[in-house]
Amino acid sequence: MSRKQGRLKARFEYLAAEGRAGLVTFLTAGDPNREISSTIIKGLPGAGADIIELGMPFTDPMADGPAIQASSIRALDAGQDINATLAMVKSFREKDDDTPIVLMGYYNPIYIYGVERFSEDAANAGVDGLIIVDIPPEEDAELRVPANKAGIDLVRLTTPTSDEQRLPTLMGGASGFIYYVSIAGITGTKSAATSNVADAVTRIRKFSDLPIAVGFGIKTPEQAAEIARVADAAVVGSAIVQIIAENMGDDGRTKDSPDLRETVLKFVSELAQGVRTARS
Amino acid sequence: MTINSAEKPNTFKTLPDSNGHFGIYGGRYVAETLMPLILSVEKAYDEAQADPAFQAELDDYLTHYVGRPSPLYHARRLSDHLGGAKIYFKRDELNHTGAHKINNTMGQILLARRMGKERIIAETGAGQHGVATATVCALFGMKCIVYMGETDIARQAPNVFRMKLLGAEVVPVTSGSATLKDAMNEALRDWVSNVDDTYYIIGTAAGPHPYPEMVRNFQKIIGEEVRQQMMAAEGRLPDSLVACIGGGSNAIGLFYDFLDDEDVTIYAVEAAGKGIETGEHAASLSAGKPGVLHGNRTYLLQDEDGQITEAHSISAGLDYPGIGPEHSWLHDSGRVNYVPATDDEALEAFQLCTQLEGIIPALEPSHALAYVGKLAPTLPKDHLLVMNMCGRGDKDVFTVAEALGVTL
Repeated sequence: MSRKQGRLKARFEYLAAEGRAGLVTFLTAGDPNREISSTIIKGLPGAGADIIELGMPFTDPMADGPAIQASSIRALDAGQDINATLAMVKSFREKDDDTPIVLMGYYNPIYIYGVERFSEDAANAGVDGLIIVDIPPEEDAELRVPANKAGIDLVRLTTPTSDEQRLPTLMGGASGFIYYVSIAGITGTKSAATSNVADAVTRIRKFSDLPIAVGFGIKTPEQAAEIARVADAAVVGSAIVQIIAENMGDDGRTKDSPDLRETVLKFVSELAQGVRTARS
Repeated sequence: MTINSAEKPNTFKTLPDSNGHFGIYGGRYVAETLMPLILSVEKAYDEAQADPAFQAELDDYLTHYVGRPSPLYHARRLSDHLGGAKIYFKRDELNHTGAHKINNTMGQILLARRMGKERIIAETGAGQHGVATATVCALFGMKCIVYMGETDIARQAPNVFRMKLLGAEVVPVTSGSATLKDAMNEALRDWVSNVDDTYYIIGTAAGPHPYPEMVRNFQKIIGEEVRQQMMAAEGRLPDSLVACIGGGSNAIGLFYDFLDDEDVTIYAVEAAGKGIETGEHAASLSAGKPGVLHGNRTYLLQDEDGQITEAHSISAGLDYPGIGPEHSWLHDSGRVNYVPATDDEALEAFQLCTQLEGIIPALEPSHALAYVGKLAPTLPKDHLLVMNMCGRGDKDVFTVAEALGVTL
């Protein structure tokens, strides 16, 4: 095991010391193909991403809106699977052993891969956390136990529907950080009012000392900055993925791959700027 | 985890457990946003079950609006033609709206009203569940949105129009294979976005707990009536039961009351499409493996990376890559025999039944009929076989015409 322990913990401690929130950037692994996706991901820390969230594409992404649905299809059509995603993480780790990587996805591909084998292979590749959308606490022990054993955090999701009765259930067994889904809805659609997010963060803090990242509906540097004033991290996904969609040619290939990488990273640096100056 | 070696239990009627598990199957695999809602549906359903007034109201609508009990009919000419078992049809195609689906939508709309919900969503494949949902929404003056794959909209035009006449909004779903699975994804996306006022009427005995149990309980009246009707007609229980299976609501509805009657042999007929060997089919139990989709763990058609593969069936109602979790458990335990029938076999049975009995069956039960056609000739004349005629075929005449090369 060459894995360095606690990248997520170290990163949130570093951010706290800096007195700022972090930027979590989401991309679907393998979108629009393995090669371009890999070069974009390697450029994310330089552009200002503090934590990388990588989507494992699934045919039936029930919690995702049109942008991430389309990105999943692009990745799957390009042949992305779990092995390819873990290989991308491994390749990233050759140059960067500090930036935390969290895999996001749906349970079935992991279940079919085998939860224990997946946990070990993901840990060995350099994965730090998992966000699995369709496995609530009532069902997640079969993944959480082997993942934690391999040193991977299973990030729990809280939502606007998580009341004070539900929150203790969600916090039991939580590790890494808490992901607050700021709207009742799917990714890339509505945006929450910052005051509602602030209230939710206050409510969650009553039940957990873990850092709180907020996602869903954050599309601009300004919105990211607003969230960065009230939470420990802001997650941006659909808005980044949409840039890839807009740079696809009619033939399903990218118009110009170096350009695509630069366009994505430029947007990420704008988001990072928003997050970094939010509290100053 | 022993998937294929479930021990024979003393009774098949104690599940699911309190978390909705049938052995390793079932459960609640939904986005966290939906969990409080799913738990409140479960609580409301438990309270409704314990309330005699709820059952009394449902019974009243089933009798006077749906038209229950549906007849148990001895299909003499088909029995003679096949030259074996004495074949009975459970005539659930005679229910209001033409299928068994309304048994469930009537129960769930009463629950939604009890919960104070005002907006109803549903997914549909063949359109039978969509029509049954639109019907009860019209009856109670509730807003109704039905998600339906574009492919299915094209092949089930009469039902699409019926839903619109009933006041429902039919939303075409273009993602994925644009069939039932994708309609269910879209309905779940709607629900997660409208948690406050919306109730999701799932049409089959699948999805997150409590749906598989609740839908089964609303459909088990089919088997309960068969037991009484067969006792009245023959003075004994049937020897075998046959039903088609997509998600499995008509099948579990017929089977459930007989699960602990060991002498009753049970067959569920999956859609084998163009043949299991071609890969173009919807036979989750014959050719799939356990996985997690749409809120439950169950057998699914999928590839080696756990990606869901597209199902194929001439019948829109069976065109789904999964199956209800209780069926997965009954499959592993060996209590129910799951067998395939192809598109061509179903088409042939469709015509045979129409010509011999004057009953135009839906393409879904035509799969069950196809298996009856194989099974009945091997059985003695005193063997009592009951097949669930779960839907009528008016909606399918365009599809059948096309398959037979007839231009209407």
